[in-house]
This record gives sequence, C-alpha cells and structure tokens, in this order.
Amino acid sequence: MKWLAQFGKFWYDFIIGDDWRIAVGVVATVAGVYVAAHHDHDWWWLLPLAVALLLAVSITHEMRRRLR
Amino acid sequence: MHSVLLVVAAFLACTVEMVEALTIVLAVAVTRGWRSAGWGVAAALGGLVVIVAALGPALAHLPIDALRLVVGTVLLVFGLQWLRKAVLRASGLKALHDEEAIYEAEVASLRASGERAKQDWYAFTVAFKGVFLEGLEVAFIVVTFGGTQRNVGLAAIGAAAALVVVLIAGTIMHAPLTRVPENTLKFGVGVMLTSFGIFWSAEGAGINWPGADASLLAVIAFVVVVAFGLVALARRAQAIPEVATS
Repeated sequence: MKWLAQFGKFWYDFIIGDDWRIAVGVVATVAGVYVAAHHDHDWWWLLPLAVALLLAVSITHEMRRRLR
Repeated sequence: MHSVLLVVAAFLACTVEMVEALTIVLAVAVTRGWRSAGWGVAAALGGLVVIVAALGPALAHLPIDALRLVVGTVLLVFGLQWLRKAVLRASGLKALHDEEAIYEAEVASLRASGERAKQDWYAFTVAFKGVFLEGLEVAFIVVTFGGTQRNVGLAAIGAAAALVVVLIAGTIMHAPLTRVPENTLKFGVGVMLTSFGIFWSAEGAGINWPGADASLLAVIAFVVVVAFGLVALARRAQAIPEVATS
C-alpha cells in the first residue's frame, strides 16, 4: 500500500509538479479546443494562447509568493 | 523535418535524465564501490526493459487521434512544469540545478551512512533507485514521443544517442557532468516538450494546423518568445541585472 502511494506520488510529482493549476488549465483548454473543432471551429490559436497565459499566471503567482 | 525534431527533442530530454542518473551512480560507486552500484544499475535496467516491452507495443493498437490527444495533453502538462521551472531558474527566482553540489551532497550522505558490507545493499539500493526513477522518465519520453508519431524506434534512437554521449562524457570526466550546461538544456527541453504537447494535443482534438507540420516550427518559436519574455519580465520585477540561463 505504501509502495502504491509512493508510486502515485512519483507520477503526480513527475507530471503535475509544483502547480496543479497548469494541469487543470491545460485539460480545460484542450477540452474546449476539442468541442470547438467538433463544431467546425478551427481555433488552432487557442491552445498556444492559453499556454502563454497559464505560464504567465503561474510565474507571476510564484514570483509574488517568493518576493512576499 | 518533423522526424529530426522528434529525435532532437528525445535526445535532449533523455540527456538531462541520464546526467542526473549518472551523477547518482558515480557518487555511489566512488564512495561505496563499483560492484554493488553496478548490480543496482543492472537490476534497474532490467526492470526498465520489462516495463518498456510491456507498454510500448500496446500503443500501436490505439487510434492515432485519441493517442495524440491524451499523450499530447500529458506531454503539455509535463512540459509546462519543466518550462516553468526553467523560467524560474533563468530569472533567478529558483536556485540553479547544480550537479556538482548534488554529487558532493550524495557523497557526504553515503560516507556518513557507515561501513561497507561484502554486498553493499545501501549502494545497490541508491544506484537502483537513481537509475530506475530517471530511466522511468526516459522510458516515458520515448514511449510518448514515439507512440504519438507511430515511431518508437525514432525516439529510441534519440535516447540511445543520449546514452552514448552521456556515458562517453561520464567515462572521460569520471566525475559529475558539471560541464554539461544542464539548466540551458532543461530550458530547451521545456520548450520542445511544451511545443510538441501543443501541436499533438490540438491535432488530436481535431484541429488542422495552418501549414500542417511546418507550423510546429512556428509553435516552437512562439513558446521560445513567451518563455524569454517571462524571464525578462521576472528579472525586471526583481531588478536582477545578470543573465543566468546557463
């Protein structure tokens, strides 16, 4: 059981890492792109834009936290 | 072009993981002896072969769009975390990853852990853990990169090239690979993983990129601009004048 928890923590740290909001934001945006694409909207620009915003928000949050 | 970028991305990402594994193995071997450390490395490599052999072929049976959607999304989350850390390091908000300091800390900890036995289980375990965990990350990169392009072999070539380069460099230096500009490398890997993640997850979701595969270059350029822009902004916010991407 302990091994399973450690295994799960390894993958969480490995993929999700320090800021879970990035993971939530990416999944929500990809879901939005999927829905748009299946309604004939070729919104190819949405994901790069969301990535830039998510990274900026995460860096700003970390910067405020460290400089506080 | 796409294939070349795939090999380069796999090579860079695997190099970073292998440098970390080699640092741990060298620290163990130098302080506790090569025999037990060698067994640890061999056992870890055996375990990794079993995992890759079990997971790799399974990917070939999945529909390509679903595979790109899932793997691209995971890669994007994973790549963004990597890029986030690289931006924080480059802007001075996070300490630079120092292989030499890690090596020294590992050596001190191993020396403090007591006398060596004939079969040194401590050395075995530390070497096993280092190689297995870093190797698992290499396997993840090879399987996801390769699986999404239906070409695990190409990603494996990148990983194999990384292994050869890191082993040769490690043998020559016989010390932690402090001369490898690891933080610069991590910045590059973060950019590549994020770019591939954006490209594949959008493609898997049903998006048609303008310019098809060529747009991957534009995505990479965009991610580079965003990352450097954030480094510049973060530095300005802290008034740190020195450039520290390496």
